[in-house]
Parts: sequence; C-alpha cells; structure tokens
Amino acid sequence: MANKEEILDAAKKVAVKAAEAALDVAGKVLDKAAEALEDAKEAQQAEAPKAEAPKAEAKPAAKKEAKVITPKDAKIPEGPLELKWTNYKNHQKLVNPANKRRLDVIVVGTGLAGASAAASLAEMGFNVLNFCIQDSPRRAHSIAAQGGINAAKNYQNDGDSVYRLYYDTIKGGDYRAREANVYRLAEVSNNIIDQCVAQGVPFAREYGGLLDNRSFGGAQVSRTFYAKGQTGQQLLLGAYSALSRQIGKGKVKMYTRYEMLDIVMIADENGEKRARGIIARNLVTGRIERFFAHAVVVGSGGYGNTFFLSTNAMASNGSAAMQMYRHGAYFANPCYAQIHPTCIPKHGDFQSKLTLMSESLRNDGRIWVPKKLEDAKLLQAGKIKGRDIPEEDRDYYLERRYPAFGNLVPRDVASRAAKERCDKGYGVNNTGLAVFLDFSDAIQRLGKDVVAQKYGNLFQMYEKIVDENPYENPMMIFPAIHYTMGGIWVDYELQTSVKGLFCIGEANFSDHGANRLGASALMQGLADGYFVLPYTIQNYLADQIGVPRMSTDLPEFAEAEKAVQEKINKLMAIQGKRSVDSIHKELGLIMWDFVGMGRTAEGLKEGIKKIDAIKKEFWTNVYIPGEANSLNNELEKALRLADFIEIGRLMAVDALHREESCGGHFREEYQTPEGEALRQDDKFSYVGCWKYTGEDSEPELIKEPLDYEFTERKTRNYKN
Amino acid sequence: MDQYIDIKVRVWRQAGPKAQGHFETYELKHVFQGASFLEMIDILNEQLVAEHKDPVTYDHDCREGICGMCSMYVNGHPHGPDSAITTCQLHMRKFKDGETITVEPWRSRAFPVIKDLMVDRGAYDKIMQAGGFVSVNTGGVPDANAIPIPKPVADEAMDAASCIGCGACAAACKNGSAMLFVSAKVSQLALLPQGKVEAAARAKAMVAKMDELGFGNCTNTGACAAECPKSVSLANIARLNREFLCAKFQD
Ligand SMILES: Cc1cc2nc3c(=O)[nH]c(=O)nc-3n(C[C@H](O)[C@H](O)[C@H](O)COP(=O)(O)OP(=O)(O)OC[C@H]3O[C@@H](n4cnc5c(N)ncnc54)[C@H](O)[C@@H]3O)c2cc1C
Ligand code: SF4
Ligand code: FES
Repeated sequence: MANKEEILDAAKKVAVKAAEAALDVAGKVLDKAAEALEDAKEAQQAEAPKAEAPKAEAKPAAKKEAKVITPKDAKIPEGPLELKWTNYKNHQKLVNPANKRRLDVIVVGTGLAGASAAASLAEMGFNVLNFCIQDSPRRAHSIAAQGGINAAKNYQNDGDSVYRLYYDTIKGGDYRAREANVYRLAEVSNNIIDQCVAQGVPFAREYGGLLDNRSFGGAQVSRTFYAKGQTGQQLLLGAYSALSRQIGKGKVKMYTRYEMLDIVMIADENGEKRARGIIARNLVTGRIERFFAHAVVVGSGGYGNTFFLSTNAMASNGSAAMQMYRHGAYFANPCYAQIHPTCIPKHGDFQSKLTLMSESLRNDGRIWVPKKLEDAKLLQAGKIKGRDIPEEDRDYYLERRYPAFGNLVPRDVASRAAKERCDKGYGVNNTGLAVFLDFSDAIQRLGKDVVAQKYGNLFQMYEKIVDENPYENPMMIFPAIHYTMGGIWVDYELQTSVKGLFCIGEANFSDHGANRLGASALMQGLADGYFVLPYTIQNYLADQIGVPRMSTDLPEFAEAEKAVQEKINKLMAIQGKRSVDSIHKELGLIMWDFVGMGRTAEGLKEGIKKIDAIKKEFWTNVYIPGEANSLNNELEKALRLADFIEIGRLMAVDALHREESCGGHFREEYQTPEGEALRQDDKFSYVGCWKYTGEDSEPELIKEPLDYEFTERKTRNYKN
Repeated sequence: MDQYIDIKVRVWRQAGPKAQGHFETYELKHVFQGASFLEMIDILNEQLVAEHKDPVTYDHDCREGICGMCSMYVNGHPHGPDSAITTCQLHMRKFKDGETITVEPWRSRAFPVIKDLMVDRGAYDKIMQAGGFVSVNTGGVPDANAIPIPKPVADEAMDAASCIGCGACAAACKNGSAMLFVSAKVSQLALLPQGKVEAAARAKAMVAKMDELGFGNCTNTGACAAECPKSVSLANIARLNREFLCAKFQD
C-alpha cells in the first residue's frame, strides 16, 4: 500500500536528515547531536509502528503524579486507521425514528459547526433547540472565513488522497493531534464538498464547469475549494439554509439574541451527573430563562478574543467553554493559539479588531522586507514607499529560508519569521511592526484583471481600511491572533468528560494539534456538524430513550439560575471606575506581550501575576451602566471578560508547563540554532488537559498520551 | 493623509420598541480619521460610560463587511455616504472637521426598533424559512463534480449569493420592499441546477411570505441596488419576476 511505502520512504528521509543535522551541529553542541540521533532512532522504529502501541498504557503508568486518559477512555475504535470510523459506525447504537421524536437536543451556536449539527439532527427527527447571540443564525462568526475549505477530492490529479490530507494535517499540527480523529476528518472531507454543492453553494469553477481549487499553506497539492474570498459566508449560508428549512418545519426552535450563561447538570439514578439543559439570558429583555434537553451540544467557537485584538468577530467569546470547564469538562491545550501571519497592522489605541488578509493571497503574493536597515529606517519614517526599493535590495525571507514551500509555509512558521525580521529592525511601517506582501510580480505575470478577479474583494477591503492602493504599492501585513486550536477536550464521539455534553467546531480541541492548517477549520466545523456528531450522539442518546422530558422547575434548574443571577448582581454592584473595554484592552496587551508569539518561563510567570492583578481590578473596579434586567451590552461584555481573564490565565499556565516549542506554541528556550521550533517528544507528546478544581485554586493536569501508532513523527521541514 | 477632526454626532435615541425616540447630539473631539465609523461610536460610548450615561445600542459583529449585522443610516444613507460598503467598513476619513453626522436606525415597517440603532430583522429569516433553500438532507447526495456548471453561471450565482442580509435594501426603499434581498436568493438558487428543480415554487413561497410580513411592493425605483453594500444587481429582481410568473402560470 502507498501508505506503508510512504512511511518507509519518509522514515529514510528523516534518518538522513537527522544524520545531516547531527553532522551540522556536532562540532558546536554535543547534546543537539544526541537529539538528532534520537530522531533517527524514532524514524527506524516507525517501520514497526504496531510494536509501539502497548507503550501507550505502560508509559504513563510509570509516572504517578498526573492522571492519564487512555485510548479506551477516549473511545478510540479498534482496528487499522483507515477502518476505525467504518468500524465505529457499524457497531454504534442508533435511535429509531419514533424515539428520536421524544428526544430533545440543545445546540448552542449557529456557526458552521452548530448550524450543520442542528439542521442534520432535525432532519433525522430529533427535536432541536438552537441558540445564538446574533440577531440571526446566518451571522455567526464563521461567515467571515475568506479563503477556503480543504478536501481530499484529488480533482486536480496532483496526487492528493485521504491519507495525504490526514498526513499534512498531522504534520501541520506538529504531531500533537489524535491520529484517529484526524484520519476521520480527512475521510469525511469529501462528503462535505458534495453536500455543499447539493445545497447550492456557488463554489468557484473552471471554464469546463468543474470545481476549481487553490493552494493553501502546509500542502503541496491544490485541495482548497473556495467561493471568491467569501468561502465561509457561502458555506454558512448553505448550513443556514438547511437550518432555515428545519425551522420552517418546526423541527428546530431557534433562539436568536440569547446567550447561554450556564449548563444545568442533573444526576441520573446512579448518581452520575449529566448535562440536561442550559440557563440562557434573553439579550433583548435581559430575562434569565431555563431550557431542558436530553443532551447539550456546544459549538460556540474559539477564544481568540482573550487578546482583545484578534481577527475574531466582536461577540466571539470563551464563556461557553468556561461554563463547560467549571462543570468538569477538561480544557485541553489552552496554550495552542494560532497567530495568523497576514493581517492588517494595528493603527491606533482606539482599534477594536484586526482584519485578516486571507492566506490565499500567499498563492501569488510575495513576502519581503528590505535587505538594508537604512531602507527600513526610511520606510519607517515615511520617506520612501515599498515600490521605491529595487529588486536586489529586497529580502524575500520566506523564499530564502524555506525554498521548498516558500511563501506557503504554515502560519506559525510565517508569523515567527515576520516577527524575527521586525525584531531585528526591518519592519516597514511607522511602528516597525509590518512586512510587505507584494503582488507586483503576479500583476506582471497574470495581468491586473486576473489578480483583481482572484483577490479583488480583499484588495478593496485593504484599501478601505488603509487608504492605500495595493495594486500600486505592496500591502503591509503583520501577525495577529486568529484561531485557537486548544479547547474543550472531547473523546472520539465528540463528547466532553461530562456525560451528555458534546463540543464541536473550534470550541473543541480535537483535530489541529498545535497548529491548524489554512482551510481546515471550515472542514472540521462541517465534518463535526454534518457527518460526525449526528452519528456519535446517537450512541449516547440510545441509552436516554427512557428518560422523560424534565420540568425546568426542578431544583437543579432553580439553583443554576440563582447562581447566574448572583454573578450578574455582583458585577452590577461593583460600580467602579473602569469601562469593560478598557480592562479588556489591558488584558489583551498582557496576553500579546507575555503569552504571545515568543514565550519564556520568566515572561509567563510575570504574565500570570499581571493577569491575577487584572482579575482583581476587574472585580473591584469595573463599571457597568444600566440595568441587569434589560438590554445591556456592557453587561454582556463584562460577563464575557470575566471568563476571558480566566482563560488568559489558563493559557499562560499551560504554556508555562509545556516546556517545548510546537506549532503555535513557541517557547524561546526550545529552538534550533536556526530558530525553528524544537519539540520535546519524550516529555510532551500528550494532550494537556486541565481540570477545574475550584475558584482561585490551581487546575489539575491530566494527560492524554499521544502515541503515534500509524505515523512516524518527524521534525517539520518546509525547507526542502 | 489622515488627520484628527472634531465632530458632532446626532444620534437617534429610543429606549425601547414602544418608547418615543428623539435625536441627541454629542460632541467628539480629536477623532482620528483612520478610525472606522464604529470605532468612532465606540469612542462616543466610552465617553458616555465615563459620564455614567447609557451608551448607544447598535448591532455589529464581524466589523469587516460580511456578517450583515451593522445597520446604521448615516447622513441619510443606509451604511453611509460611501458606496459598496457596510457601516463597519466606513472610515472617518469620509468626514470633515466640524461636521455634524446624523445617525439613525433602519426605518422600515417590517424592521421595528428594539433600542436606539438596533432593529429587529427577524422578518428576513422568516422569508428564508419559507423557501430559501434546496430541499436536500445531509448525506446521500451525488459527487460534487457530477453536474458541470458553466463558469459564467456559477459566477452569476455567486454574485447573487453575496447578499449579507443586512436589510439596507428594504430600509432604502420608499415602499419598504424586500425585493432585492428575496430576488438575490431566488436567483442564486434558480441559476444552479441543484436549485432549479424547486425554482418556481421557491419564488412563490418567498414572495408570499414577504407580502405577509408587511414589506411593501416593488415599483422599480432602484434605491435598493444603489444603497446595497454588496452591489447586488437589479437584474435579480427581473429574474425573480420571471420565476414568479412561471409559478403563477403553473397554478
Ligand atoms: C477572519 C477569519 C477568516 C477565516 N478564514 C478561514 C478559512 O478561510 N478557512 C478555514 O478553514 N477557516 C477559516 N477561519 C476559521 C473559521 O472561520 C472558524 O474556526 C470557524 O468558522 C468556527 O466555526 P464554529 O462553528 O466553531 O464557531 P463560530 O462560527 O464562531 O460560531 C459560534 C456560534 O456560537 C454562538 N455562541 C457563542 N457563545 C454562545 C453562548 N454563550 N450562548 C449562545 N450562543 C453562543 C455564536 O452566536 C455563534 O453562533 C477564519 C477565521 C477568521 C476569524
Ligand atoms: S440585497 Fe444588498 S442591501 Fe439587501 S440585504 Fe442583501 S446585501 Fe443588504
Ligand atoms: S459588522 Fe459585520 S457587516 Fe458590519
């Protein structure tokens, strides 16, 4: 099978590479050589991957301190990688149509994950209650995704396959994702494209009438499907139309302008607590309301707005995740956050968000800074423009450092490379925090019209914000927080460590490891919502058919509501001096400076202290105007900020504990002489799951070891 | 080059759906022209909060022109004086030092005010629920490349599909008609083979729902397309009329 051959071939390459690397540095650093040897040894072992499997349980048992999640706990099905999902579906429990009607499912969120799940569950016959913060389900943050969605169709005949998409995703994630989940994701990716086309999603097409593809970072094939620069919009509108159809039929009850504030847990006859409903605030009236369901599915998106400035929408938040966490759902890998290399640089203190320039621009745009410091100084002083600098004085640093992938290296690599140049003084705008993304070559090669057709709406967006024409002068870009790979831990069924509580989309931790590849979040959101959760949740619900609908007058509901009310009252009573935003901005700066692109033990410790101080400031000095029981935006923001502060701390704690660099998590102490991330596979090849232990008490670390049974781990190489 | 300007903002304040609304004028000093319009409103709100006053309520989310949440009538135009953009993409460099800027909510019978500049656009969702979809369930669909679609057709469908559901079309229309919005969805789906099967029935169902919800009749004034932030074309209305006639004919 191509599969095995590829592994063997790759193994050989790594062995050679490791030996070369060893030779390279042996003279300088002895222990570096030892590491390279380790790599080579690992590469050899990859030939017999099965032999490693039993180690999964043996290894952690030796360490007593941390609790361990086994593959069995994670419900990973038996069998070879490519048969696991089929095996699972063949053996899972299903719910018959008559019983489906008797079961209620709450879905929180109407992004790609939530909308597709709600629609699919309703089509199957379940009663769905669907919630979102915005005034319409169509406005969830997924709408803003620009570039595209991956699938292993191999329509371009460039050698793509399910295995290759799986492999690129695992490698792109720096070997910190679960093999079985990622393989399933690659497997269902093709169904997503079929589904979307059937819904009338107007993907871009070639002149022959077939679907077109483009390339994204971290891949050497063209597997990205797109709809102009509005792929997320079109996919979400597809899911929204399916959802609308079910709302029209009365199978989904839609609650817009509602925000979940807690999950309600009710013990079963064995005393085991299960998620049985939610408490939500009607954002128009301010009323707190109770909702029952047999299971709760959360697709609430990522927590990138912890940084205040990010590419996320204003209402994107981490509160739903924190509510799950406080009920015992593990928060996995909170420190894995993605910094996107191509965003419009910050321009002032009043700034409310950062705007992404799609990664697709790196297909044709070339990234550079001046070679000479004196040119950079002139640019910073506004005395010259990018176009004034002659070709020979430009440093296309990505092409220089990574000849094989060039401008299409993964995001973490591109972001760090930009930071490195700017730190050395080569930044190209007035703050010195920007690099050029230049289309002059592409315009010469393809003509302005073709470039306009491909990227016109992005160029327009840029011009409106920056007031400069990117056809004439290179764009200025800089990294910004964009996506969070970390999130609520879920097993293979997408169930959290709390019974009856499921988590999908960006809100869970599952498929991207330490770094997500471009165009893979849309794929994951829709995979979870259309093709995974609607199956796996039945394995749970099949045991719940005897559970009657419960009254929301039960004491568990009353207590949950009371706790929410008390928290709100406490916030309203502070009546301090600071606006919510002013405190959030301060938190954001701390996150960027201490928990951002380059992290150190010292910096993280300092960051934690500063976050603790912010928490105190918030709970003693925030000012919220208006009433709690009416429409109150400031109160909404305050409730979210209270949770962002906790998440920020959790990110720092996790980053401090993870003494290695991997993907989006870069600890400056762990890098190669060339400044590349240095993983510590012997120590940190696990999912770091944090368990809540109480307010103001340190969380407990639980590990899910990542034993690569089928794929050989290598040092990521985008150079050759 | 962007400068700092002093401005006055005349904002519609309305405490609730049934409350009497009125204009309130606020002075803002030293506003950077590089700020977006919504960032200017943020600055105003920070100022109001500092004075322990009620900040201006308004809808917004993505702040990059795609979610369709922002919805302000600025100086007499939905989404402001600049063309082909949403309010959140409007920048203060479009305004002059000393200018008084008037900001109102969408005004349309079918979009009642909730508070200040925030309106209820649930009617657009209801129209979509009446027929804005292709009736397929998840799973069991053919391969994506099974039916080739000519590129010009796919591109035209994409242009129609770029509607963000903001409601500016109905707000701009003196009759309060939602025709541009409805026709954009009907066109997108009627153009594509996947949606063609139900095209006539869809047009009928969506138009019936639109009429039921209190939107006015279309008299082809073209105000909608002129103010649409996504430049959705009037040609879609013509296509809707064709589909609609077709449906009537079938009855
Ligand atoms: C600018 C931008 C461009 C991107 N481009 C791409 C791309 O080209 N390709 C790609 O693959 N990925 C891209 N991404 C990433 C991708 O868009 C997101 O990861 C993905 O859309 C997340 O989908 P989701 O369904 O998990 O969550 P979201 O779309 O964020 O939806 C969250 C939903 O949860 C609701 N919600 C949250 N909290 C609550 C609560 N407490 N109560 C009730 N409702 C709640 C919200 O209202 C919303 O409906 C991009 C992201 C950004 C920011
Ligand atoms: S047609 Fe234009 S104005 Fe009307 S809702 Fe769509 S985007 Fe807004
Ligand atoms: S805030 Fe999303 S379109 Fe304006």
